[in-house]
Amino acid sequence: MDAKGKAFRYGNNVDTDVIIPARYLNTTDPKELASHCMEDIDANFVKQVKAGDIMVANHNFGCGSSREHAPLAIKAAGISCVIASSFARIFYRNSINIGLAILECEEAVQGIKAGDTVSVDFSSGTIKNESTGESWSAQPFPPFIQKMIKADGLINYLRKEARA
Amino acid sequence: MSMTMSQKILAAHAKVDAVQPGQLVMADLDLVLGNDITAPVAIKEFAKFGTDQVFDKKKIALVPDHFTPNKDIKAAQQCKMMREFAHEKEIENYFEIGAMGIEHALLPEQGLVDAGDLIIGADSHTCTYGALGAFSTGVGSTDMAAAMATGKAWFKVPAALRFNLSGKLPAWVSGKDLILHIIGMIGVDGALYKSMEFTGEGVSSLTMDDRFTICNMAIEAGAKNGIFGVDEIALEYLAAHCARKPVIFSADEDAEYEKTYEIDLSTIRPTVSFPHLPDNTRTIDEVGEIRIDQVVIGSCTNGRISDLRVAAQILKGKKVDPRVRTIIFPATQNIYLQAMDEGLLKIFVQAGAVVSTPTCGPCLGGHMGILAEGERAVATTNRNFVGRMGHVGSEVYLASPAVAAASALTGYITNPETIKEN
Ligand code: SF4
Repeated sequence: MDAKGKAFRYGNNVDTDVIIPARYLNTTDPKELASHCMEDIDANFVKQVKAGDIMVANHNFGCGSSREHAPLAIKAAGISCVIASSFARIFYRNSINIGLAILECEEAVQGIKAGDTVSVDFSSGTIKNESTGESWSAQPFPPFIQKMIKADGLINYLRKEARA
Repeated sequence: MSMTMSQKILAAHAKVDAVQPGQLVMADLDLVLGNDITAPVAIKEFAKFGTDQVFDKKKIALVPDHFTPNKDIKAAQQCKMMREFAHEKEIENYFEIGAMGIEHALLPEQGLVDAGDLIIGADSHTCTYGALGAFSTGVGSTDMAAAMATGKAWFKVPAALRFNLSGKLPAWVSGKDLILHIIGMIGVDGALYKSMEFTGEGVSSLTMDDRFTICNMAIEAGAKNGIFGVDEIALEYLAAHCARKPVIFSADEDAEYEKTYEIDLSTIRPTVSFPHLPDNTRTIDEVGEIRIDQVVIGSCTNGRISDLRVAAQILKGKKVDPRVRTIIFPATQNIYLQAMDEGLLKIFVQAGAVVSTPTCGPCLGGHMGILAEGERAVATTNRNFVGRMGHVGSEVYLASPAVAAASALTGYITNPETIKEN
């Protein structure tokens, strides 16, 4: 499973209230949530994002509320991978649990500008900036989490375990 | 191997002798919480699990507190889904309007939290219960779904930061000022993935309500949980609320902390977080002249009885500034009743404030006090992110109930020390 797309670039401490404002949380429909994704800090995001695009941000991405609607909205908007210097912990586990690919890599974040074309190889953790030719390797997930991703999320993983 | 308090609780629930930071464990849960925003997503996921039954009807709490009383048709649909699920699965701790309060004030009050418990909630402020010596942390809806089915959750064992407290907080300074001070000091990701453990002789001077407020905002420093040791004050609270026997864990003498911060409580000043992050703090002495349009006193952070008492002490016999909309929302029905019995509600209404039924409403910009463009609020809530309480061009200043009430009187962010009591 690989990802390739245009980078949308954000800063530090992007919180779940801006990823999907609470005023839209009266629905659980991912498509509807996606239509408001990031609108409070980047009204153009929804207009410009294409399936496969990549989100790149600095530290503490996804801080704040535990709303799983945030990674759901990002995923449904078409984002194939989020690369950040660090993630807030609830966002991190929610993303894994719903199958949104996320990678922590400070160097890659420094080396990617808005609009660059970026590709990601999930099996090796390699991130490449196709626009500049630079590439980096991100920390692979611990085995426990790899198993969960392979099973396509937490629910399937636990169902499999229960049957085993 | 020596362990912190949080690590011991995780080890006990994972049924292993010891755990170390970074280790991944699957652990048994004592309580699983969801609300009207997060539970509907979890209920959909639960359906995929292929089981009819929840793991334990007594160990799930469902609280419709965010957009309730239903603010619109969509919110009503979500609450209906949760209500039907609760009835169908015979979940014992479903709290309908009338019994409902803001979840993190409600659950300890209803005796659902005990010392030594391992609790997850699909709400980030689930970390509040650490005040009673439980390990509790916020998760997402998929975790909640899996936990409702299996009674288990996966955890990465956190490293810990220690906050060693000495001395006593001065008058008009509360647990809110202390936690804002700490977040200002370490930053919104200063405790990322870690436990914040509060220790030291200063702890005994903090009330239960102070401790709830402090643990509530651990997430605002990025922490996995905040936790206090179990002392006389906690035991007294538990004896009054919880029927189960407390299980007391304490950190080993030589437990490892990544860092220890020494804090003298007597040096803490009333503290305010400026927009748009909780770590953007200033002491009241550095605030300057900030005109405000709204004051909000309440939430899972500061909607408890002692918060209302402090506000009433300041507002008694006075009028709020006519340009300031003052909204007070007690966190639970019991707190509401108690405030009524003590005459606090009358003081608020006579001062020109409105008193709301328990709801999260204004705290997350849901309903009951949304801000327009360019407006500023002083709120006793826990987040001041862009657009948190309304328009993206509005601003939220986080403060204690004392600062909020004083500000309601003057129309500017105000030091409660300058208000003469009636
Ligand atoms: S009062 Fe605010 S912070 Fe607390 S649970 Fe409700 S929305 Fe969340």
